[in-house]
Formats: sequence, C-alpha cells, structure tokens
Amino acid sequence: MAPAPRATGPLRRWFTGGGAAALAFSLPMILAFGFFSWWPILNSLILSFQQTNLVDPAVWVGLSNFAAVFADPLVAKAAMNTLWFTVLSVAVGFPLPILLAVAIGELRRTRSIASGFAYLPVIIPPVVSVLIFKQFYDPSSTGLLNTLLAGVGLGPVPWLQTAATVMPSIVIQATWAGFGAATIIYIAALAAVSPELYEAAELDGASIRSRIWHVTLPQMRSVMLIMLLLQIIGAFQVFTEPFVMTRGGPENNTLTILMLIYNYTFISGDYGRAAALSLILAAILALVSLLYLRATRGWSQGK
Amino acid sequence: MTSTERLYTRAISTRRESRKEKPEDTDRSILSIHDRSGRLRGMLLALKIVLLVALGVISVGPVLWLFKSATSTSQDILREPLGLWPSGIQWDNLVQAFTTIEFGKYLTNTLIIAMGTWAFGLLVATTGAYALAVLRPKYAKVLEFAVLATLFVPGVVTLTALFLTVLDVPLLHINLINTFWAAWLPASASAFNVLLMKTSFDSIPRELFEAARIDGAGATRIFLTIVLPLSRPIIGVVSLLIIIASWKDFIWPMLVLPNAALQPLSVALPRLAKTAELSLLMAGMFLSVVIPVALFLIFQKQILRSSGSMGALKG
Repeated sequence: MAPAPRATGPLRRWFTGGGAAALAFSLPMILAFGFFSWWPILNSLILSFQQTNLVDPAVWVGLSNFAAVFADPLVAKAAMNTLWFTVLSVAVGFPLPILLAVAIGELRRTRSIASGFAYLPVIIPPVVSVLIFKQFYDPSSTGLLNTLLAGVGLGPVPWLQTAATVMPSIVIQATWAGFGAATIIYIAALAAVSPELYEAAELDGASIRSRIWHVTLPQMRSVMLIMLLLQIIGAFQVFTEPFVMTRGGPENNTLTILMLIYNYTFISGDYGRAAALSLILAAILALVSLLYLRATRGWSQGK
Repeated sequence: MTSTERLYTRAISTRRESRKEKPEDTDRSILSIHDRSGRLRGMLLALKIVLLVALGVISVGPVLWLFKSATSTSQDILREPLGLWPSGIQWDNLVQAFTTIEFGKYLTNTLIIAMGTWAFGLLVATTGAYALAVLRPKYAKVLEFAVLATLFVPGVVTLTALFLTVLDVPLLHINLINTFWAAWLPASASAFNVLLMKTSFDSIPRELFEAARIDGAGATRIFLTIVLPLSRPIIGVVSLLIIIASWKDFIWPMLVLPNAALQPLSVALPRLAKTAELSLLMAGMFLSVVIPVALFLIFQKQILRSSGSMGALKG
C-alpha cells in the first residue's frame, strides 16, 4: 500500500487507526450501490421531470410527463389489469400456502418429501414454467388441460384467447410457480410454535380445529401479515408471466403497469414518461405498505 | 496456542453446539400422539396420502411431462399431450438441442452470468458487511441506512433509470450493453445479501477481533482468517440465493443482452419458442431445468432451511 501522505497529523492517525482499511472494505459496496442503486433511484426522479432522447441535452418539462401518463388510455387499462391480477393471485396465493403448511407440518416421516415437492416449482426458471403452461393452455380439444377437462365432461376452454379466461390462466401459472416459497416460510414459522401451547390447549379440551384456529394461526400472525404485504407488492410488479405468455394480449387484456413501463422505455424510447409511471407505481406501493402497516400494527403484536 | 487461537476454537465449537441445540424436529405439533393413535388414525392416513399424491401430481407432474415432451415428436406433443411416447422415445431431441438450437452456447452464457454474479455479489456482501459489522467507521451508520433504505424501493421501479445507467455509466461513460458486466454488476447491489451477511457477522464475539488485533493481525487478516471461515454457513446460503436468482432472472438479461450470442437460457428460450421446432424447444427447456433441479436435490436441506429463515428475517 502507498505510504500515507506525509503531512497532517489527523490524516496519518486516520490511516494508521484503520480508517483506510475501513474505507477500502466499504468501497465495493459504495461503488455497487452508488452506480446501480442510489444513482438510478435519484435519476428516476430527475428523468420524470425531463424530456430526453439521449442525443440532445435533456429539457426540464415540469409535470408534463405525469400529465402524459394520465392522458394515456392504456394506463387505466394496465392499472385495472394489474389490480385484477393482484386480487386473483392474492385470493388464491395467500391462503393456499398457509393451509398447505399446516397440513405438511403434521407429517412426520414424509415431511421433507412433501416440502421438497412443494418447493420444486420455485426452482424451475419462471420462463420455463410459463412456456410449459403455455403448452398446457393449448385451446384446441387436444390441449393437455382441455383433454383433462373433457374427461370430466367440460371444455374446451379457450384459456389464453379470451378476455375473461386469460387473466385467471396466468394466475394459475403464477400460483404454481410461487406457492412453494411461501409454503416453506410458513412451515418454518410453524416449527417455531412452542409445543407447550398445543399441550395446554389439548389439556383444556380444545379440538383439532380450535387448536388450529386459536393456537396455530395466532402464532403465525406476524409472518402472515408480512407475507400478505409482500405478495401484494410482488403482484403489482408482475411482468414475466404476461410478457412471455401473451405479450399483453388479447387486446391488451393482460397488459400490466410494468409492461407499459417497458413499452415506454424500449418501444417508444420515452424515458421521461417511463420514469414518471415508475414513480407513480412506487408511490402507490409505498402508500399501500404504509396504510397496511398502520392498519395492522395492533394485530401483529399478537394481542 | 495464542489467545486468538483459543478464542477462535471456542467460537467455532460454541457455534457448532448452538446449531446442534436447535430443535430439528419437535415431537408435537397441532396433533398429539393421542390424536394420531386414536380413532382418527385411518382418516389421517388417508388425508396424508391424498396430500402427498396431490402435491406430487401438481408439483412434479409438469416437470415429468416436460421430460416426456422433450423426448417426444412435435406431433405427439400437440396431438396427444398425455400419451406416453406414442411414436417411441426420441432421445435424439436432446442431442439435436445442442446442434440445432445451440443449447450449449446459451447454457455457457447462463453459467458465465451466474458465476460472475456470484463472485461480485459475494465480494460486495462480505466486504460491505465486514465494514458495517466489524470495522464500524464513523460513517457506518449513515452507510448502513443508505443501503437498507434501498430495500424499500422496489427494484423494477428503477428499471428505466438502471438501464440508462448501464447504457452510459456515469463518470466513466462506458456502455455495458451486450457485455456480461451489465448482468454481473447491478445484481451485486443487493441490500438483502448485505443484511443477511451483516446479521451473521454481528454474532461473532468481538473479543475475537480484539485478541487478533493484539496479536498483530490487520483488518485484512482478520477478515480472511477469522470472519470468512466462521461465516461459511451464511456464505453458502447467500451463494445459493445469488445463483438461483441469477438462473431465474429474465427481464434484466433480456434488456441488457440484445445480442443473441450472449443471451442466457431464460432469454433465449422465449425467443426460440417463436421459431424452433416444438420438440427441440421442449428438449432445451428440459435440459435447462436439469442443473437447477439437480442442485436442489443435492442441497435440498440447505435451500429449504435458508428459504424458511428468510421468512423469519422478514417477519
């Protein structure tokens, strides 16, 4: 290492006292976050008030990017689609892992097999899982799911072809890909519940159902509340599934907010408008989190 | 034995013990032995079988179907998706995936991206956590706050700005598009990995560092000979998290690697889905899940434990 600059006392003391070493060890983190986290966050703010095409100098345009976002009829469509996806995916994807974890938690010798089964879809790259399901959703009567439905006298269903069926189809795939991760977290939370609580409940004559209702669920409450919030935030940012499955179709019925940001950036090259829409999405997510955490503060303490 | 070594061995053994003491499997949960042996026994057994079979069909079924399709003709996949190889097993598909759709090239790219992301991710997480947890310079609190604050900014929100950063890196004015650097570097700014690492470093007894310092060890020596060896479990966990996330990533590599020759499997497969023969696409998809599934089978316990504890950390 280069000798400390001969000069002032404080600098030398800083160097020999470990200040240089601390800075050297902090540097990779400062550079990584500076370039790829802090600056992009700041630049998002700047971009949203600018008009830029990367060639000419950027022009400050005030709130006109935000005005352009609200004037775009596709924004309302994308917002409704994203909301619909969130409602559907949370309605299925929130309770399912809880029920599954409670059931798997009762297994003894087969518990690790069941956990492994549940987690396997999480390991499959999302793109592959979407392409598999795209094949399952073949609308013809020889499609895999339609063959299964025909076995019970239903169908054929035009899975990805109509406005009514396309979002539920995407939600089914997204739930398949994601339920395992949440299930494993709940299984870990269940394992932390003290056995004495069940012991006591049983001595008091509590049935299995009331043990689940009065012991298991309250003990998992804080994990459940956080998971619900994370699932909502995740669902708001859905991109890969509709992008690979339908490209937003049919007739923009699976166009999501994030896909619109993608279109603004990479198809129209309108970075200002993309940044404005990103900020609006961030603000909505922050607001949802804030309201949610405030509303549930009392419950999560387990009172 | 110097005082450092003594402390060091003690720290390792207490860590081992504390891991052993953790109850692996508590004997009772909602159901008691009483329930299990009582009149509910038959019904519980039936429920268990239904649960395992349903989970197996739903989770493993599509993966097995992918294997079947990877070794079927395109005709069979379309006409009889549930038939078991009506035209015989086409092992040749798996070979042709390497020649016709250049599976090997995309697999190599995937591996290069995963390894580079892993190396830079670990570098940033370990050195950064060491600075925050052990060296603690005066600005550590500010730095820690700035890093943790990014946890609350959803990644996709900065997608456009991050893309522009990579297109023209500030100060340096380099364009990273169509280079692996664009895939490696941004992923290393993960506050979550720094946080996981820091939590683990925080639990190393501080007397160990004091003793090492008295023995004349500098910051680098303490990092390499004490902190890293004592943190092998968490380094393993973070490594798995980084590699799995990199393998699964789609949107970012798609944006920064428009050159098909550099794309990983996750980006190449949807592109090939439009043009390639269906049977070969299925073969490529199957081959692309072999490595992650094999890793999962080998490290199942570690992966499940770390995914579970992530919830505890979030909660």
